[in-house]
Amino acid sequence: MTFWKIAAMNAAVAISATAAFAETEITLWHAMGGQLGETVNQIAEDFNASQDDYQITPVFKGSYEETLTAGIAAFRAGEQPNIMQVFDAGAATVIGAKGATIPVQDLLTDNGVDFDINDYISGVRYFYADSDGKMIGMPFNSSSPIMYFNVDALEKAGVSAPKTWEEFQTVTAPALKDAGYIALSQSHLPWIFTENFHSRHNLPFATNNNGYDGAEDTKILVNNDAIKAHFTALTEWKENGLFEWYGTGWGDNQQPFEDGDVAIWLGSSGSFGGLMSKDLGFEFSATVLPYWEGVTSEPKQTFIGGASLFAMSGHDAEENEAAAEFFKYLTSPEVQYFWHQETGYVPITEAAYELAKEDGHYDRFPAAEVGIQQLSLPGGDNTKGYRMGFYVQIRDVMNREYGRILSGETSVEDAFSNIENEANDLLARFAKTQG
Amino acid sequence: MKRAGFTTVWLPVALLLPQLMIIAIFFYWPAAWAVQSSFYLQDPFGFGSTFVGVENYTDLMTNIEYAKVARFTLIYTALVTFFSLALALLLAVKADAVIKGAKSYRTLLMWVYAIAPPVAGFLGLMFFDQRNGPLTEMFQFFGWDFRLGADYNSTATAMVIVAVWKQIPVNFIFFLSGLQSIPKSVREAALIDNRSASGRFWDVTFPLLAPTAFFLLIINITYALFDTFGIIDTLVRSEPGNNPVTLVYKVFVDGFRGNDLGGSSAQSVILMILVLALTVFQFRLIERRIHYT
Repeated sequence: MTFWKIAAMNAAVAISATAAFAETEITLWHAMGGQLGETVNQIAEDFNASQDDYQITPVFKGSYEETLTAGIAAFRAGEQPNIMQVFDAGAATVIGAKGATIPVQDLLTDNGVDFDINDYISGVRYFYADSDGKMIGMPFNSSSPIMYFNVDALEKAGVSAPKTWEEFQTVTAPALKDAGYIALSQSHLPWIFTENFHSRHNLPFATNNNGYDGAEDTKILVNNDAIKAHFTALTEWKENGLFEWYGTGWGDNQQPFEDGDVAIWLGSSGSFGGLMSKDLGFEFSATVLPYWEGVTSEPKQTFIGGASLFAMSGHDAEENEAAAEFFKYLTSPEVQYFWHQETGYVPITEAAYELAKEDGHYDRFPAAEVGIQQLSLPGGDNTKGYRMGFYVQIRDVMNREYGRILSGETSVEDAFSNIENEANDLLARFAKTQG
Repeated sequence: MKRAGFTTVWLPVALLLPQLMIIAIFFYWPAAWAVQSSFYLQDPFGFGSTFVGVENYTDLMTNIEYAKVARFTLIYTALVTFFSLALALLLAVKADAVIKGAKSYRTLLMWVYAIAPPVAGFLGLMFFDQRNGPLTEMFQFFGWDFRLGADYNSTATAMVIVAVWKQIPVNFIFFLSGLQSIPKSVREAALIDNRSASGRFWDVTFPLLAPTAFFLLIINITYALFDTFGIIDTLVRSEPGNNPVTLVYKVFVDGFRGNDLGGSSAQSVILMILVLALTVFQFRLIERRIHYT
């Protein structure tokens, strides 16, 4: 008897609670696993607690690719979430599908939230924007490839972190080798040594303004002498024991650095939090990516990696308002600073960056500032981003050909001509899907 | 002989309907959809779509990489099928001869059957780990710089070994029951005629096992072609790179990672045709020649 009474009371309370608050509920699909996911959940909880009108539910959907595929399938079934996280390589797919998303800039201004693109740090401003500079996706977890180094190893070898690849080649790497280290490894050849290679050296990566002016007739410009010379150098370094490549997997290349076998590792500024939390047995630090002095005397900023949040279309005005409010909350300096501290991803607004500086975050952890410093370096004509369709497959082609170069199966010349041809075929195919 | 039958047409149809609907909804409808979308190039979100005729197919046929993947799939399937059948047969014949502790011996051999492909893949990752995998160390001891994920042949070897290891128990169970269903009288008669154990095996036992072996051959080919997906995905850590992949894995990579629906539909249609050919081959060409007792 008592059991049923309690159950009935609970039910009554639950019904009245829903009726009393009438919150607008929205969903966020994301690809942030582990500690990153917990931080996302924390932000969502804080947002829900900060007001009574909106309720956001974050849902972890797996890897970046899985999240995008799930979102697309849901969209086709009319069940799309309000906000979806899409990674850098998928940006062309989601931005190309006009009508799938509400440009975040429109969403914010339509719902009375102040928006000024200049509030955002220069490196993240236009990566997810259209060719007119309108922001389509809200940069969320933005990172950049940076150079981590084992401080003890460099001291032992009597060198400092190299500023240029020439310095690495002639001074740093040989000294590290003599000190018993493999000088260099890296975790993502397409991202670090291709996309950001072009940005750092201000080289065009694709025609049509790096692809921003439309998918029609966009051609990749990856088959150029500067990058071919870079990969030729890599194979030589590998032969001489100055560089090692452990396969396409990210972690396989990071592990030897953590084990103290490799002295310099190129990874993500977002790797910082993870490295800090480990007991590495040596002191590590980080600095900006080196560049080839022979290619440019004025190295530029790099592209952002990571992902952004897109507001999916097909929801009613109340839900869109809730999404706008969440974006407003998310971009507030305090939340950005919290995200930056917890994860190592860069704060996306100038105000959040200032807050982190004032709070002394970078006095405590100088390496945490490297990503944002690199993204705030001077920009050039080719540094705002790239927009290429089927880019996930293009990256797969690059990974395949780079792997073949480094395992001695093919020559640099053949590999880059393959990448160019296959990528252009894919781009032409993508252009047709947009018709 | 009197044939039992229904007096109306509708009752049998109604009884069959649930099964027919399952087949229609889960097999024919998606298959038809795949055939249709293989003639289009479409925007993943379903906004734009261009009819391209057979271009998706001609693109595949002229793609050198697709040919390479097809060739690898062929070699991979042949190796996995051969080794998992041969080793299972060997184990079954030996297990059949064991008298003491036969049950526990057989149970141990069947154990692996319960392992899911991705889990088998994870075990493979540990055994073939670049830094401290025991099998990596063994290969390196013999002078092979084995590196899973970085070297094409290393990854291919690991894939074959894990896939074979995972499939042996299934084949073992079938071979063993096949062996046990061979009448004792036949074996004893053979024993009188031929003193050589291997001679008896090839002349008497193996032909009597042929129906089992043929059935397993088809099962193993489809296993290697389709069911090893989980093993491959785990071993390459979802990043194919320069590692070998099979045709099915490529469908996944292009369709689900790359969102190229038209291209991956064309690839799945090609696989459907392959399966169709395999089935026709099974029923028409070989079943006639193999005598089922």
